Amino acid sequence: MAQVTLDRVRKTYPNGHEAVQPCTVEIPDGELVVLVGPSGCGKSTLLRMIAGLEDITEGSLSIGPDVVNHKDPADRNIAMVFQNYALYPHMTVAKNMGYGLKNRGASKAEIDQKVAEAARILNLGDYLDRRPSQLSGGQRQRVAMGRAIVRDPELFLFDEPLSNLDAKLRNQMRIEIRALQQRLGVTSVYVTHDQVEAMTMADRIIVLNGGRVEQIGTPSEIYERPASTFVAGFMGAPPMNLMQARVLNGAVQLDGTTKLTLAPPAVATDTVLVGFRPEDVRLGGDGSAVLEVAIVEELGAHRLLHGTLGGQSFSISVGKDETAQVGPQPITLPQDRVHFFHPERGTRL
Amino acid sequence: MADLTQSSTLQTSVSTPLRPRIKLRHVVDHAILIAGAFLMLFPVVLVLMTTSFEDADIVKHGLQLGFEGKMLENFEAAMFEASGFTKTITGTRMLMNSMILGLGFAIGKIVISMMAAYAIVYFRLRFATLAFWIIFTTLLLPLEVRILPSYEAIQSLGLANTYTGLIVPLIASATGTFFFRQFFRSIPEELVEAARIDGAGPVKFFIDIIIPLSRTMIAAIFIIMFVYGWNQYLWPTLITTDEGMFTLVRGIKQIVQVLSQTGAMIPEYGKALALSLIAMIPPVLIVIFFQSWFVKGLTESDK
Amino acid sequence: MKRAGFTTVWLPVALLLPQLLIIAIFFYWPAAWAVQSSFYLQDPFGFGSTFVGFENYTDLLQNVEYAKVARFTVIYTVLVTFFSLALALLLAVKADAVIRGAKTYRTLLMWVYAIAPPVAGFLGLMFFDQRNGPLTEMFQFFGWDFRLGADFNSTATAMVIVAVWKQIPVNFIFFLSGLQSIPKSVREAALIDNRSATGRFWDVTFPLLAPTAFFLLIINITYSLFDTFGIVDTLVRSEPGNNPVTLVYKVFVDGFRGNDLGGSSAQSVILMILVLVLTIFQFRLIERRIHYT
Repeated sequence: MAQVTLDRVRKTYPNGHEAVQPCTVEIPDGELVVLVGPSGCGKSTLLRMIAGLEDITEGSLSIGPDVVNHKDPADRNIAMVFQNYALYPHMTVAKNMGYGLKNRGASKAEIDQKVAEAARILNLGDYLDRRPSQLSGGQRQRVAMGRAIVRDPELFLFDEPLSNLDAKLRNQMRIEIRALQQRLGVTSVYVTHDQVEAMTMADRIIVLNGGRVEQIGTPSEIYERPASTFVAGFMGAPPMNLMQARVLNGAVQLDGTTKLTLAPPAVATDTVLVGFRPEDVRLGGDGSAVLEVAIVEELGAHRLLHGTLGGQSFSISVGKDETAQVGPQPITLPQDRVHFFHPERGTRL
Repeated sequence: MADLTQSSTLQTSVSTPLRPRIKLRHVVDHAILIAGAFLMLFPVVLVLMTTSFEDADIVKHGLQLGFEGKMLENFEAAMFEASGFTKTITGTRMLMNSMILGLGFAIGKIVISMMAAYAIVYFRLRFATLAFWIIFTTLLLPLEVRILPSYEAIQSLGLANTYTGLIVPLIASATGTFFFRQFFRSIPEELVEAARIDGAGPVKFFIDIIIPLSRTMIAAIFIIMFVYGWNQYLWPTLITTDEGMFTLVRGIKQIVQVLSQTGAMIPEYGKALALSLIAMIPPVLIVIFFQSWFVKGLTESDK
Repeated sequence: MKRAGFTTVWLPVALLLPQLLIIAIFFYWPAAWAVQSSFYLQDPFGFGSTFVGFENYTDLLQNVEYAKVARFTVIYTVLVTFFSLALALLLAVKADAVIRGAKTYRTLLMWVYAIAPPVAGFLGLMFFDQRNGPLTEMFQFFGWDFRLGADFNSTATAMVIVAVWKQIPVNFIFFLSGLQSIPKSVREAALIDNRSATGRFWDVTFPLLAPTAFFLLIINITYSLFDTFGIVDTLVRSEPGNNPVTLVYKVFVDGFRGNDLGGSSAQSVILMILVLVLTIFQFRLIERRIHYT
């Protein structure tokens, strides 16, 4: 088990493309950190730098007390679960799991014992003599997990391990991986583009965008206080409503007619981006804000109402018991749930 | 680099022990590859250099390093000067014959095998499986094993010393058909269904859909077949006795025999070497310039 | 056959006809003719032939000369196959490892594919020339009295070297494409599991390359047996004499020079059976190859 420290770690490719801007983060022992962001945001590059599969252009990376920038992947005492599992097609399940141990000089008895233990945990006992090609997607995923845990590594690395599974299996494995990680207490870095995975699994989330760290925080911090419009839009489904507004005479005004009963942000600006999560908005109100509902989406447990507010698109989420119909609906925008962002930079005010 | 040193000083334990080892491995890799490339390239470069020397020099000293002034002269002689026992054939003529063989074989093979493969894959034909096996059995026997009877067959048909006799028997093997069959089978089933719903018949479907879809494959096969046809040796040796029909590769046999004769004349080494280079230039250029198609065709056709 | 195939009858028949016709005339007829005449003894002056049963075969199997050629062919095939595969594998692994100049190396290592075997043989004649061939001089420098065309072992060595040189590109292309089709992540997983590059090669890369290697093994045997005809013919200057020749070359010599039609045909049939065995072997391997993925 180990603490992982990234100190201004940066990746620039020979063609000048900066895949990861200097990134500093400390991952305490036993924590599961999720790197999340859209494709091309640098999350996989960052993970691969930690694994040693990519060179680190600048900065230093430590696993435990040692700086490992120039250590071979095999010498970093890590285990990695790949997106397509990367099982050795010519080896049996047992051989796949034991290969790393064998190369580290473990005795046959030790390998057998650890493989059996991992197989027991992952319910793979009946499949130890099979080849990967004879397994289902979910089983392959488990073998990849097994290969990681038999090694007893200091650090687990997960590269979108669930993205090749169907939705149902994905939900199930998500819980299993999290439970396993907590039981083993191994520090983990988990890459995904799925914000639900990020929210449900992480101790802390690192949101990346265009090679830059947008925000680091616990899931609730990220959700409750997004540091930028990017984070606000990326985390949460449906995304946060963002509207352009003007600050006039101490009030926030959407357009000429719609005045919001909101206290403006403390920072003085002329214009501002106003954000509300769809589920923070309530139906009914004094009529100062009226949502022009165009479409009602029935989702069973709740409904989504899509429409416009003061000419800008706006969606709200209401409980299944509330009446919802197309047409003008008065809504309440609670003061304590508002998010303000800088109109150009998109940063939180 | 300023930032790098800065962040390095922060962690005093930063070390770079593995850098040199990685570099050394790269150097070894490149050294091996350069040695390999040299081994492939050097023999031909040496022959090219030698064509710039006088025949007398070559006879005396063999292959030569360096450049003299005779290269153009030797290539000119190889192209335009009549040679052979009957002094009737020039390099240009052989080049033309090689072109006819290479192009005729490649085009003929592609046309015939595409047609056959289309018939096998896209029609509900009762004897399609039988036709498939009849055709694919030919994969089993290279021309070299049935050379004698094939020669007899051509003789009795009166096709010796004709382009037909040269080209057509070489087409009698299923390599192309096998390849196109594999490719057609990989085309999604829905395509023929959609085409039929759109009212396309078999001929229209072949011309409007299959041929455009096969363009890369055709190009890949064409390159391989052209090189294969161009480089044929045994069959042209048997079937062409008339020197006017000689291909460049067939001409090599003649060159070897002429050079082996011990006579009063100085053997025309420069011209012979130039001719051997001319024999390799067209296929080599095609392989180099259309490399990606060629590699694709070779590795995907599996034969 | 496609599920939604067309039902027209005359068109597919017309499309198949040219191929079937060519095959019938230039494949099945000659092959049948070869099998048939292998059971007959041809009169050397062309006055008919007599049925002799398996006599041509039994004669062959007792023939010292034929045994010698067969033995040489086996040794030659083993040497050519081994060296061209080993060298090509080495080069492919290196070409796959380097990033800088990878494309240039690829081109430089594969273009020799396009050179015709007899042209390669002709280059060999120059390099192994008795009086001033650079390679002859090199061998002589090391104390070997190298005599192409006069000494059996000298000629055999020259044949193997030229045949290997000519075959490296094909093997290189297949090995490189095999290496590149190994999923990147599998290699990365190995990178994490095993610190030794040699260990990774033999434990992971080589087993995953094995289907390609098996396939190439067959290709190289076929190449050595048949496609090197031009190399052999050029290096012996069309004068077999006491020189080493391959089985295919002997078919040609006995049939066309010796006018021994029956014997030559029997040799052809033996080769046909050999190719048949190789091909069946190859098809089984292709099945296994698909099995992996």
